[in-house]
Amino acid sequence: MRSESLSWSRRDLLTAGGLVVAFSCLSSSRAFSQLAGGGEGGAGSKVVAPNLPGSLKSFPLLDAWIRIDPEGRATVFTGKAELGQGIATALWQVAAEELDLPAARVEIVTADSARTPDEGVTSGSHSMQDSGTAIANAAANVRMLLVAEAAKLWEIEVAQITTDGLGAVVAPDGRHADYGTLASKLSLHVSAIEDAPRRDPNRYRTMGRTLPRRDIPAKLTGGAIYVQDMRLPGMLHARVVRGPSVGTALKEADFDAAGRMPGVVKIVRNGKFAAIVARSEWQAIAALRFLQRRPWQRVERPLPVDSFVDALKRLPTRDIVVLDTHDPAGPAIHSVSARYSRPWICHGSIGPSCSVALFAHGEMTIWSHSQSIFDVHRAVAELISLPPDKVRCIHVQGSGCYGQNGADDVSADAALVAIAMPDTPIRLQWMREQEFGWEPLGPAMVTELEASIGADGKIVAWKHEVWSNPHNNRPIDAGGYLAGQEVTTPFPIRAVEPIPMPEGDGDRNSNPLYALPNMRVIYHFLPDMPLRVSALRSLGAHVNVFSIESMMDELARASGQDPLAFRLAHMQDPRARAVMTEATNRFGWAKRVPGDGRHGCGMGFARYKNIGAYCATVMEIELERETGRITVRRVEAAVDAGQPASIDGIRNQVEGGIVQSLSWTTRESVAFDDNHRTSFDWSGYPISRFSDVPGGVNVHVLPQPGLPFLGAGEAAQGPTAAALANALADASGVRLREMPLTPDKVKTALGAI
Amino acid sequence: MTITLHVNGRDHTLEADPSTPLLYVLRDDLELNGAKYGCGLGQCGACTVQVDGRAVFSCLTPIAALEGRQIRTVEGLGTVDQPSRLQAAFLTEQAAQCGYCIAGMIMRAQALLDEKQHPTEADIRSHMDANLCRCGTHMRILRAIRRAAGLPSTEGF
Repeated sequence: MRSESLSWSRRDLLTAGGLVVAFSCLSSSRAFSQLAGGGEGGAGSKVVAPNLPGSLKSFPLLDAWIRIDPEGRATVFTGKAELGQGIATALWQVAAEELDLPAARVEIVTADSARTPDEGVTSGSHSMQDSGTAIANAAANVRMLLVAEAAKLWEIEVAQITTDGLGAVVAPDGRHADYGTLASKLSLHVSAIEDAPRRDPNRYRTMGRTLPRRDIPAKLTGGAIYVQDMRLPGMLHARVVRGPSVGTALKEADFDAAGRMPGVVKIVRNGKFAAIVARSEWQAIAALRFLQRRPWQRVERPLPVDSFVDALKRLPTRDIVVLDTHDPAGPAIHSVSARYSRPWICHGSIGPSCSVALFAHGEMTIWSHSQSIFDVHRAVAELISLPPDKVRCIHVQGSGCYGQNGADDVSADAALVAIAMPDTPIRLQWMREQEFGWEPLGPAMVTELEASIGADGKIVAWKHEVWSNPHNNRPIDAGGYLAGQEVTTPFPIRAVEPIPMPEGDGDRNSNPLYALPNMRVIYHFLPDMPLRVSALRSLGAHVNVFSIESMMDELARASGQDPLAFRLAHMQDPRARAVMTEATNRFGWAKRVPGDGRHGCGMGFARYKNIGAYCATVMEIELERETGRITVRRVEAAVDAGQPASIDGIRNQVEGGIVQSLSWTTRESVAFDDNHRTSFDWSGYPISRFSDVPGGVNVHVLPQPGLPFLGAGEAAQGPTAAALANALADASGVRLREMPLTPDKVKTALGAI
Repeated sequence: MTITLHVNGRDHTLEADPSTPLLYVLRDDLELNGAKYGCGLGQCGACTVQVDGRAVFSCLTPIAALEGRQIRTVEGLGTVDQPSRLQAAFLTEQAAQCGYCIAGMIMRAQALLDEKQHPTEADIRSHMDANLCRCGTHMRILRAIRRAAGLPSTEGF
């Protein structure tokens, strides 16, 4: 088994802060130019070479991405982080393929503010587009230079030379030159060209195959792979002291008494920020529990406890017209209007967020599992009043984030403690109730749709309005952190801005991919946030696709048409048609048994953001009418993510997306009263367990050789939610439009049995 | 107090408050990474280890209750180079995404397989219900357990 395991020696530690090597990726002045990471977090790095593909636009020099050592081994640098989505393995395959090296001779270095290009946030299903595209083309450039070097050496034409896939360049007469020898004669400190010859997809040796993920062996055997597993020499354990949830504070914490508890080394205080530092983790927890016995109070305005739909709709809006098209069309014969919604939901990471920080020799090093390593680098520097070149932020894996959970805030917390305790490594992990109480939630959303069908059974008009708070509140300066508001001199809070389409945030995927006439799509952007919210996997696409794909079924049903045929009649994009056809063929859609009160089938489709991966999901459910419980018997899904880097990597992400979306859609809703959140553990915020997950999930990845990469990490969230509601409607005739589709709601809607 | 814990076939004598949950002794004193802090409430299973063969939540089990008992963590099953049958099945099925829950999943599944050589699908699902996964890796975890148990890989109820 291959393994990636982390170890830290004292020497690493002492040099960690000083390893800021000056090389070609330090040209990261900020500019609004490309939407790295799908527009989340700070603006992408400045574009200096707009003709180049992917993140090469900002970092055109080859040695920012790839170095070849004298033994012919390659080290590849990506600004994207391994979140458990398998990106490090996928990018490793991309690099090996385009370098034409055995994968075993390629190493990959992930997001590190001192070593890798700043590719923005690892988000928005952008890692393959941003980094995969850059690495593929950088590797193709490197291979081209190696071949050219050999041609010069042998005085023959470049066209006569090949690479052997084993690390050598080969002439027709059999002469060999290994990469290491050739690379030592070359400088890779040169700019990429945009049309370096790429490997022929028909001859791929590594890409598009399934290689075992590099990080899994350590995860199965107790290897030290997570930031939670870091143990630095002399490290102390910290816990942050806060009220039970956002907008609350402890009234009169007895810090003196806590400071006298066993093992407690220090109480770090800075304004309202407070943290306990102890020798052992359990001692830190015991001191935190002691402090938490004191009463707390709400210190902000009350939370809205009436209907969340009403709460959202009465907020001031900034209206954005997403689409307003006018076409000739026949008169409407039948119209359907409906309101769909989702309440606030949690990221719900299994491991509470954690960070390790060390302030030594005037420099801060932060090990973080945030998706926003480069924003953490800059924004925490501001928080602790150090110049950014005295701060280094290194991504280390943690429990999955699925957006902005506590990972960013805990990094700021750890750094604030570490700066107060020089030369002492600090490991700070949030408690379970702190993750539930303080993480930014996935925003509640409401949509209202109205669509009309003409005499020919086709749609003649389509209206979609969506109300949503901003989804992009990832901290890009110190004011964005909880701690940034707690320190003695709080930092200003930046005004919120929507992400422009086609990425969008609350309006993500509100523009149907279907060819529809007379479309009017309005985003009611709600800057005033009653609950703390930020990015959750797929942003607004979960609710917008749920709405559109539910409405497509409602229209098909109202006009007596088959839901698949109705969709295909309105879809021109051949790749969209192909995934719908593939998924329904695998499912056996044409031969399905019509809904009979206890069984039903439904489908959902979307192309993520209309510029990302295509995904169709089809499912069969069983409905227990006596209890309202829905059991998903099987799911078939088809995905077109362009050229797959790792087929099984895509399958794993989409399977996971389907299971996670089913949990969101059937059972999740954050509970709160007017004072505080009351979902603070897994009993107050149940998610799917093994007895709830589908009988089977099959994901089919379309091959698409040589087509541009389209990230697949979020493609299934919307289609799955809609497929479930559509299957329920097929089974029972009952249409539920308000998530979560809980047994109670289903039972109530079914009425007397 | 001084306490001797028998972990993965070895005795470890250490000084600790008897009320300390096993999880923190495993992680901080014995430097074992497998058992994870997830909730501290016995609701998620990320901290699952075996005690005398049974799956327990190490976050809720004070060490005072453990003298003389056989404690096994994921590190006691196998290594990267020599994985156990169950670990190898997880590897074959690529049954992890972020993987934070996985060591706990493996230990709970091991307890089932130790007790029942040929569990049914219903046995597996019901036994595994105590452990949470947020990445949605459930289908792969089930496949891995079926593989280790020698059951057909076909899914469905």
